[in-house]
Amino acid sequence: MSLEYENDGALHAKLIEEVLSQYPDKAAKRRKKHLSIAKSGVEAGGESEILSECDVKSNIKSIPGVMTIRGCAYAGSKGVVWGPVKDMVHISHGPVGCGQYSWSQRRNYYVGTTGIDTFGTMQFTSDFQEKDIVFGGDKKLEQIIDEIEVLFPLNNGITVQSECPIGLIGDDTEAVSRKKAKEYKKTIVPVRCEGFRGVSQSLGHHIANDAIRDWVFDKKDVEFEAGAYDVNVIGDYNIGGDAWASRILLEEIGLRVVGNWSGDATLAEIERAPKAKLNLIHCYRSMNYICRHMEEKYGVAWMEYNFFGPSQIETSLRKIAKHFGPEIEEKTEKVIAKYRPLVDAVISKYRPRLEGNTVMLYVGGLRPRHVITAYEDLGMVIVGTGYEFGHNDDYQRTGHYVKNGTLIYDDVTGYELEKFIEGVRPNLVGSGIKEKYPVQKMGIPFRQMHSWDYSGPYHGYDGFAIFARDVDLAINNPVWDLYQAPWKERPPRGRAIAAE
Amino acid sequence: MPQSAEKILDHAPLFREPEYRQMLAEKKLNFECPHPDQIVTDQGEFTKTWEYREKNLAREALVINPAKACQPLGAVFAAAGFERTMSFVHGSQGCVAYYRSHLSRHFKEPASAVSSSMTEDAAVFGGLKNLVDGLANTYQLYDPKMIAVSTTCMAEVIGDDLHSFIENAKDENSVPRDFDVPFAHTPAFVGSHVDGYDGMLKGILEHFWKGQERTEAKRTINVIPGFDGFCVGNNRELKRLLDVMGVSYTFIQDASDQFDTPSDGEYRMYDGGTKIEEVKGALNAEATVSLQYYNTRKTLDYCGQVGQATASFHYPLGVQATDEFLMKISALSGKEIPEAIRLERGRLIDAMADSQSWLHGKKYAIYGDPDFVYAMARFVMETGGEPTHCLATNGTSAWEAELKELLASSPFGKDAQVWAGKDLWAMRSLLFTEPVDLLIGSSYGKYLERDTGTPLVRLTFPIFDRHHHHRFALMGYQGGLRVLTTILDKIFAKLDRETSQTGVTDHSYDLTR
Repeated sequence: MSLEYENDGALHAKLIEEVLSQYPDKAAKRRKKHLSIAKSGVEAGGESEILSECDVKSNIKSIPGVMTIRGCAYAGSKGVVWGPVKDMVHISHGPVGCGQYSWSQRRNYYVGTTGIDTFGTMQFTSDFQEKDIVFGGDKKLEQIIDEIEVLFPLNNGITVQSECPIGLIGDDTEAVSRKKAKEYKKTIVPVRCEGFRGVSQSLGHHIANDAIRDWVFDKKDVEFEAGAYDVNVIGDYNIGGDAWASRILLEEIGLRVVGNWSGDATLAEIERAPKAKLNLIHCYRSMNYICRHMEEKYGVAWMEYNFFGPSQIETSLRKIAKHFGPEIEEKTEKVIAKYRPLVDAVISKYRPRLEGNTVMLYVGGLRPRHVITAYEDLGMVIVGTGYEFGHNDDYQRTGHYVKNGTLIYDDVTGYELEKFIEGVRPNLVGSGIKEKYPVQKMGIPFRQMHSWDYSGPYHGYDGFAIFARDVDLAINNPVWDLYQAPWKERPPRGRAIAAE
Repeated sequence: MPQSAEKILDHAPLFREPEYRQMLAEKKLNFECPHPDQIVTDQGEFTKTWEYREKNLAREALVINPAKACQPLGAVFAAAGFERTMSFVHGSQGCVAYYRSHLSRHFKEPASAVSSSMTEDAAVFGGLKNLVDGLANTYQLYDPKMIAVSTTCMAEVIGDDLHSFIENAKDENSVPRDFDVPFAHTPAFVGSHVDGYDGMLKGILEHFWKGQERTEAKRTINVIPGFDGFCVGNNRELKRLLDVMGVSYTFIQDASDQFDTPSDGEYRMYDGGTKIEEVKGALNAEATVSLQYYNTRKTLDYCGQVGQATASFHYPLGVQATDEFLMKISALSGKEIPEAIRLERGRLIDAMADSQSWLHGKKYAIYGDPDFVYAMARFVMETGGEPTHCLATNGTSAWEAELKELLASSPFGKDAQVWAGKDLWAMRSLLFTEPVDLLIGSSYGKYLERDTGTPLVRLTFPIFDRHHHHRFALMGYQGGLRVLTTILDKIFAKLDRETSQTGVTDHSYDLTR
């Protein structure tokens, strides 16, 4: 169900020119490379059809003082990749803040008895003091691990998530981890994700992936009877339950999900991953590294898929099924047919209420492209998108999704985003908590697209229904029409539509 | 299939549907390699014991679920209380993303701050270039009147010197020579967010006051609120009280408008705040009054050094603390406390008398910043309650001693225990072994509420999972009414819940309470 439209490239080019004119010359020169308009690309046809080219520089240093929205390597490792592994204790190693601000904020759902056999919504920190900086924190780390073993004996492992000072003061967390792992016969993983490493969250993902390779794989004998239809779901963090809404579909088509990385994951699911037949990767940006490694070392094939919105779900399910052959393909068609009435009902309910509404996105490393078709399934138009920490290969992949004339912004600054939104006046903006309130003040509906704005899941068919409901309730709430005091004249924005 | 277009189920009901329950049970059994249920249950029970509590409280190195944040958060909050001021945090950029998110999640408001985005090369060569370029960019893009510079721990570990860096930046014309760039070193490995607040505030005052001639303006007062997640409600209420009294004052560091901008189609990056001219003039005040002593120790020292009289409080909330605050203000300003305020006081007392039977003898656990805990313990005792556990992760031994003195002054405080430096995992043990009726704290307490069944009253920063509480004052007599009502609501709601089973507790489910 591809939606045909073209965006106003000329307006977007003008907006880019305007924002760049406000920077000091040096900064303008650097920012220019991150902003562009998607141009019609090569028409290759079929699945690999490239709609457009998004030619921007990416994954390079942010400019100081411009209000980048990016985070750090620690956020990429502790916050994204490792944090959701529920039966391990993740130590935020360093001062108290990093762990405090990231405590329970990503909504990676899990089930377990928190504090006893699972530890997801807890904040373990070494709470560095001045003396730890001066004398080093290795001894303290040893003691912390001892104390964890006393108070949380059912933990299945520990990770040490390094914060900025650790790398600067020359602590040897690897040596401590090795020593303590031997002593307790447990998996202890040091992760060198100090926040100053790299240019964004992205290097933290990579470092976290490497830590799995170096400190988890091949360290234990994994007893597991492998099956012909075993898959791992990689790069689904189960935000608002996304991974569960995906798993239910994969099981329905006859596959066995033997590991989910890393939402609702246990260490066992990570350890056995190399025994699976196929790695299904959702968030390519944060976990492609380990998939490539598993392919090279263990011969596990990997495949990208997209479970946002019915068009992509169907395409992805068929692509996955094809990998496993006719039996799975047949089941898959039945599953698609089973959910068809739900999809039709959701679209016929919401599309008329959303048709033609414009959307600007600014998210992390996957969603700026992956969610586009879900909006289009509802008849909505994507006018701008960009990544906080995407790389060149992400922008290449984005070309498959966006239309000619789409505004593309990499590592956007607070100033640029505000001006772009003001200039474009989209009907909806999808971005993060830091962007939510400025946008809403302008009278423009907003949904957080990292945390699903405390809703979700958005993956799978169950998730699509929720997504459609949420987009509708954001856009069609009556509050947007109340912004102007009636004694101040301003033409009305349009009528809100009551909830159905 | 549980989902339908007519009745769309999101996560809360969806995952309770049988399809998902079964799927999750099978996932656990087949793929998670879980510990046997009995072992999990036994360990869960063990954590409720005195034996576990002793091990838990004996921890020396590991901190679990602390109720404190790091210095720069306090610095960013402090800077938000000044006219058109942009916070510039020198060091790694991820930190700034965290402070902004943290403040936005609590206030449900924009929170602006920039970073000098230092990376690995800056760790080696220092961050001078980042600061020079960064200040230029911030100045040009965000049109601030002042840029308040603080530091992340990265910049502190490598030893960047803000003073000389800012001088360098001015030499290179990043900002005009006379542009105001106050600064504070705010290492995350010293103290907590309340110290970052203190440091930044002192930095700003020093920037404007240093070397200036002070001409004392008799009977004028500076009021400093301290780090306060309820600044929106509190500052406005305090200013109202001061205005009603006719006091000549400067409210230094007022973030009440910055974190409560209207929705009318315009995004205001800056709103309200203490004007720079007011800050300059505040040097001449006869006295500076801090509403939160443990947030402003260095600042108060500095005010004393420039020749001002100083006075401080612990988050003046409830009856006697408000009395003392008003009497002090009256003494310093020479203005009488008007009858209207005496009547407000009477109304709070009236409310407390009406409700006293529901509050007398109730036991509380209270945690939060040192001044807040002190204030709540005091108010709880005024209602006839017993503050059984008083905990501040960022509480010092001086705080502990001062609070113990307060508790010893009332029969309602005789069984109270003070826990300086402890965290919320310690609190979990305390609540299991020495239970209380109510827990007062922040949103983080919801895990304690779930685990121990102690109802949580959210009355301090951060409150992420309830909306708009911070818009209402807690300080002053009016604030006392709000606190009183909030606590009572929790007590009544619990009582209703416990007596709502038809056929079992038809008695006690009273219409009038």
